[in-house]
Amino acid sequence: MGLCEERRPVLGVLSRSDKGGQAEREPSSLPRTPASVIPLLQQIQEAEGFISEDAVERVARHTGASASSVYGVATFYSQFRLRRPGTHTIRVCEGTACHVLGIGVVLDRLIEHLGINVGETTADGLFTLESVRCLGCCSLAPAVMIDDETYGRVTPDSMVEILAKYREDES
Amino acid sequence: MSRIKEIRVGLATCGIAAGAQRIGRHLQEKLAAANADVPIKQVGCIGMCYNEPIVDVVDENGTTTYGRVTEEAIDRIVDRHILGGALVDGFRVETDGFLGDQVRIVLENCGIIDPESLDEYRARDGYVALENALRTMAPDEVVEVMKESGLRGRGGAGFPTGLKWSFAAREESTEKYVICNADEGDPGAFMDRSVLEGDPHRVLEGMAIAAYAIGATHGYVYVRAEYPLAIRRLKRAIADARAAQLLGDHILGTSFSFDVLIKAGAGAFVCGEETALIASIEGRRGMPRKRPPYPASSGLWGRPTNINNVETLANVPWILRHGAEAFAAYGTESSKGTKVFALAGKIKHSGLIEIPMGMPIRRIVFDIGGGIQDDRPLKAVQMGGPSGGCIPASLVDTPVDYEALKATGAIVGSGGMIVLDDSTCMVDVARYFLDFTQKESCGKCTFCRVGTKRMLETLERICAGDGRDGDLEALVSLGHKIKENSLCGLGQTAPNPVLTTTEYFRDEYVAHIVDKACPAGVCKPLLQFHIDPDVCKNCGLCARECPVSAIAEADGGYHVIDREACVKCGRCEQVCPFGAVEILSGKVPA
Repeated sequence: MGLCEERRPVLGVLSRSDKGGQAEREPSSLPRTPASVIPLLQQIQEAEGFISEDAVERVARHTGASASSVYGVATFYSQFRLRRPGTHTIRVCEGTACHVLGIGVVLDRLIEHLGINVGETTADGLFTLESVRCLGCCSLAPAVMIDDETYGRVTPDSMVEILAKYREDES
Repeated sequence: MSRIKEIRVGLATCGIAAGAQRIGRHLQEKLAAANADVPIKQVGCIGMCYNEPIVDVVDENGTTTYGRVTEEAIDRIVDRHILGGALVDGFRVETDGFLGDQVRIVLENCGIIDPESLDEYRARDGYVALENALRTMAPDEVVEVMKESGLRGRGGAGFPTGLKWSFAAREESTEKYVICNADEGDPGAFMDRSVLEGDPHRVLEGMAIAAYAIGATHGYVYVRAEYPLAIRRLKRAIADARAAQLLGDHILGTSFSFDVLIKAGAGAFVCGEETALIASIEGRRGMPRKRPPYPASSGLWGRPTNINNVETLANVPWILRHGAEAFAAYGTESSKGTKVFALAGKIKHSGLIEIPMGMPIRRIVFDIGGGIQDDRPLKAVQMGGPSGGCIPASLVDTPVDYEALKATGAIVGSGGMIVLDDSTCMVDVARYFLDFTQKESCGKCTFCRVGTKRMLETLERICAGDGRDGDLEALVSLGHKIKENSLCGLGQTAPNPVLTTTEYFRDEYVAHIVDKACPAGVCKPLLQFHIDPDVCKNCGLCARECPVSAIAEADGGYHVIDREACVKCGRCEQVCPFGAVEILSGKVPA
């Protein structure tokens, strides 16, 4: 283990500028063992928005895990996305309370309104639509989270109004 | 004015989502403008999520709780109560009904102390249990107290905690680990989040005591990445505890050393299973492995490891402070102490409650929970999330007890309690949970990977009106096979929502399969939308809103829906100001 570690070159892992691009990269302070795969993927996604093929290679180089096993980890956990997301991410809660209190009609309207399916990004790159299992805000069901903001007791109409505000801020 | 001791603003995730930060800022500005020097503090969740945002005013007469507080309400509360000494009606919340029947052990500080203040935790006997254990008890004495208390694992499986500790304690190893499982994955359960957000030091104290009892020097909190606020408060608590010598080398000047790291989960339900959780901390795909060896002998990095859930650990300091007997005085013969439940769904008072074990479900739903929304009839209570089952209204007097609930086919589980009324379709609920477990299956065991998929396909067909003879029998038979042939808890419990609903709500399955009807009016392919000509005012709003132009004016001054063209989106029913759009299933008027 020790030998391998020395032979691996210390390359930049973390992107310094946000949202990807050909950024200058700095080495990660995380230990150079396979146990760092998940936290490193999390740091990279936080900085670059998603896990690119190049990011998988970087994590493999840093941790000594094979690129295929890093890819295996990235695809196993739902937090990691392999495609660049839109400016805002809409997370529709599909928890039990939200399900029985009508998140279905809210999601239907969002799909119709945005013209995309769950997991896709609008053509203008503004919104990515995702569904999550439970935001843990069951008493505010049905709930939707946009970026870090949680909206409770939403309806199809209120959702459209909320999105309009994000569009206004953007233009 | 000087009588006001403090004002508490509930700033847990639910409060923040309801706008509590804005309310808090407004309160600060208003008090500053009035030159009133009253301490405001942030607190965690008191559990009355249905009343968020919540502001408590504490004065010499006690605590006055204001709920669903708006900015205008803040103006009145400051002017009349804080400056004038008079209670403000309209927003005041009676807390007796909701809190009166509860026994708060795990939640004793939630909603009362500032979770980011170590001093406030210590002022309520925080870390006293750890100090006593370190100074006056041998590790095996601590294990003994846990055994006597009768505490069982609160993550779902209900394994006796003291016994679990004794397994790890007797292992000889230079390195042992304590892991706090905060990967709260059940949809509909949020008690772990609330404890971490509202009283993080309690969990750290419980971990340190567990570490002392089994001889561990390192601990991990494995917490969902979806809980950013919980992670932030936990980080702060760990830093403060280290600075106060409550974590780290030579805790409180003794020879005992223990430190805690946070591992953020990356979203995989199966990681709630302990061997999968360990694989995840080690940086691999979170797939469970065969046991034995159990983590107690070979866990993280192959070392003896003790894993407990957040709520289990949060009980530990209380048990050491009050004694095993005081804890065992609550509950039933086989289920001691209290349990925290997240009450949600079609219930009036949704929120977080802690009740003594043995309380009948009826009292939880109707006394504490205030009954069903719009006073509709109770249909069932779903307990234990995707691993649990649906308890029908006819069994609502079942006490909350590990064995009694197991006999119904449901489980205590991690504590999600979703109340369902007559507008909930039980076939749809079963399909919903199967969809969840099928997607979350790690794929290791064939029965779990393929069997849940086949069950889901059958349920989807039934909900779409294509149910066939023999579907019910196939579901039950496959369900039992999946339970028997899966390695971990996920597969062993995944069929429970289907098995309980086919047992208690067989008629509803038959209605879907034979009559092609959804009695609750939920499964869209089995519904027909119909405009009642006597109620319709011919305003035309529905026709304008219909996305497929399936609605037109008929002769006689009302609108009709073309059933061939209708896509059953439900928009007409949502927009009709007169309630003229009916949703029918089964027999439909011509």
